[in-house]
Amino acid sequence: MNDRIRFDNVSRFYGDVLGVNRVHLSIPPGVTSLVGPNGSGKTTLMNLMTGLIRPTRGEVSVLGVPPDRPQELFRFVGYCTQFDAFPKGLTGYQFLYSYLRLHDHGHAEADRLAWEALDRVSMREAAHRRVAAYSKGMRQRIKLAQAIAHLPRVLVLDEPLNGLDPMARAETIALFQEWGRQGLYVIVSSHILHEVDRISDQVVLLSHGYVVAEGQIHDVRSEVKEQPLTVMVRCGEPSLLASRLFRENYVVEARVLEDGGLLIRTRDAEGFYLLLNRVVVEDGLELESVAPADEDVGSVYQYLIGGAGGAA
Amino acid sequence: MTRGMTQWRLWMRQCAAILRLELKKNFFSRRAWWIYLLAFAPVLLTGGHSLDSMRKGRWGCSIGEDVMIYAGIFQFFYLRLGIYFGCVGIFTNLFRGDLLEKTLHYYLLAPVRREVLLASKYVAGLLASVVMFTTSAALAFLLVGYHFGSAWQDFLFRGPGLGYLGWYALTAALACVGYGAVFLILGMIFNNPMIPAAVVMVWEAMNWLLPSALKKVSVIFYLKSLCPTEVPVDEGPWALLAVVTEPTPAWLAVPGLLVVAALILVWAALRARKLEITYSE
Repeated sequence: MNDRIRFDNVSRFYGDVLGVNRVHLSIPPGVTSLVGPNGSGKTTLMNLMTGLIRPTRGEVSVLGVPPDRPQELFRFVGYCTQFDAFPKGLTGYQFLYSYLRLHDHGHAEADRLAWEALDRVSMREAAHRRVAAYSKGMRQRIKLAQAIAHLPRVLVLDEPLNGLDPMARAETIALFQEWGRQGLYVIVSSHILHEVDRISDQVVLLSHGYVVAEGQIHDVRSEVKEQPLTVMVRCGEPSLLASRLFRENYVVEARVLEDGGLLIRTRDAEGFYLLLNRVVVEDGLELESVAPADEDVGSVYQYLIGGAGGAA
Repeated sequence: MTRGMTQWRLWMRQCAAILRLELKKNFFSRRAWWIYLLAFAPVLLTGGHSLDSMRKGRWGCSIGEDVMIYAGIFQFFYLRLGIYFGCVGIFTNLFRGDLLEKTLHYYLLAPVRREVLLASKYVAGLLASVVMFTTSAALAFLLVGYHFGSAWQDFLFRGPGLGYLGWYALTAALACVGYGAVFLILGMIFNNPMIPAAVVMVWEAMNWLLPSALKKVSVIFYLKSLCPTEVPVDEGPWALLAVVTEPTPAWLAVPGLLVVAALILVWAALRARKLEITYSE
């Protein structure tokens, strides 16, 4: 199968220091977020994927191509690194144009693609200014433009939202979601978990160089059985509902919030939902909404790794 | 068109794209100023000598003596220091400079074979160094006897002068080829290539003291044998230590140097394949 990004028992050490250890991953199309605190191995995985570093052990392949063949790999891979340095003296346009010439695009094609990429990151106005004079947010955007300029199928984006203002963040997130829907492979690393939640089709949780969990966030959450599931219920009579639910064994905690919501914690999600249906029918309660309150990356990360991770 | 042909054309185009970026750096970056200074120092020396001779009207020396003075400057200053450190400055920075500035990933994230990147960077360094050093060698030679007026013109155009100039220019270019390859690989291997560069310099400087077999493991040995005028070093107390070796004929020295440079570049290409981005080092 050559339609995945694969890590097969991959380890990488920097001398005695562990980068990542025994990583097995198979990343499908869509938006995949690598989540973990600083030093957890996110950038190491991305650098391994793009051949900037080699595994100490194991094998990596990106859609069947090993990363030590850059002449093939970067035809369909774009990487927005965290490195914030640029070749000296280049303007934003020259930065992209020169990069596209390395891709063997002719002048006209390189020019067209460079302007397209600049437009996608809203940098047309600043195109002829030197990159050295850009703000941090503009540098971040020009790096994004470089990663997408040659229209790659695989996008590897290391902390791509760093330094962006709220408007640019929203636009960039929308771009990621669009690319995910188009079937591109979008690998994003972030330590800002609520943003990851919004964009990810699947997550890879990392801690101290190990993959702690991976998959769709709902599935990962279901695997964390020792932590009760938290559900937010909104209805007309939260106190009545709370008292009815407490009579059964499924609920370990029920709290009526100031805004009228009822926060339930249960160890048996299936049993709880069946009970909820029964109570609603029997007591004639009118439900406004029922939604899991901790099926998000932040909660899952907290459950799996605890506060030590330092993830925001 | 065969696949090989297509590949070759692709590499040429990618090489051209890299050259556009690298030549700008090599010729116009801020760190290039001291290389220009080193490169054109002989022009200042011989130009100054000519001006001084014209101003003071000292015609006591002969064209032969000035040609010998130039040979001394070329062999003992230009080859061993000027071109040597100029090549250190240009070639060690081809990769090390990008690593220090944390910009090497710009190339490594493009669909370019590492070997093509290495060759392109080397060619860029070679073009810059050859232009600087051969131009300077030629200018310095033209100026050293300028004050002799028509006699110097006769020496150049009717005598052996232009031939000498050609050999000096070729020697300077070959020095760039040889030292360039050596310093390119040193820049890839060592975080601080100045220390090994100093070791190589000592080795090259003591070449005249080395036994015949070891003399041949150096760039200067081949370059010296290409110089049209031999400058005797076996005078004074050190002469007792000098080891006299038959100079290598040009037909062997030129391809010999090219082969050694090619071998070093193959080694560098193998290292480039495994090159990793470790900016933190």
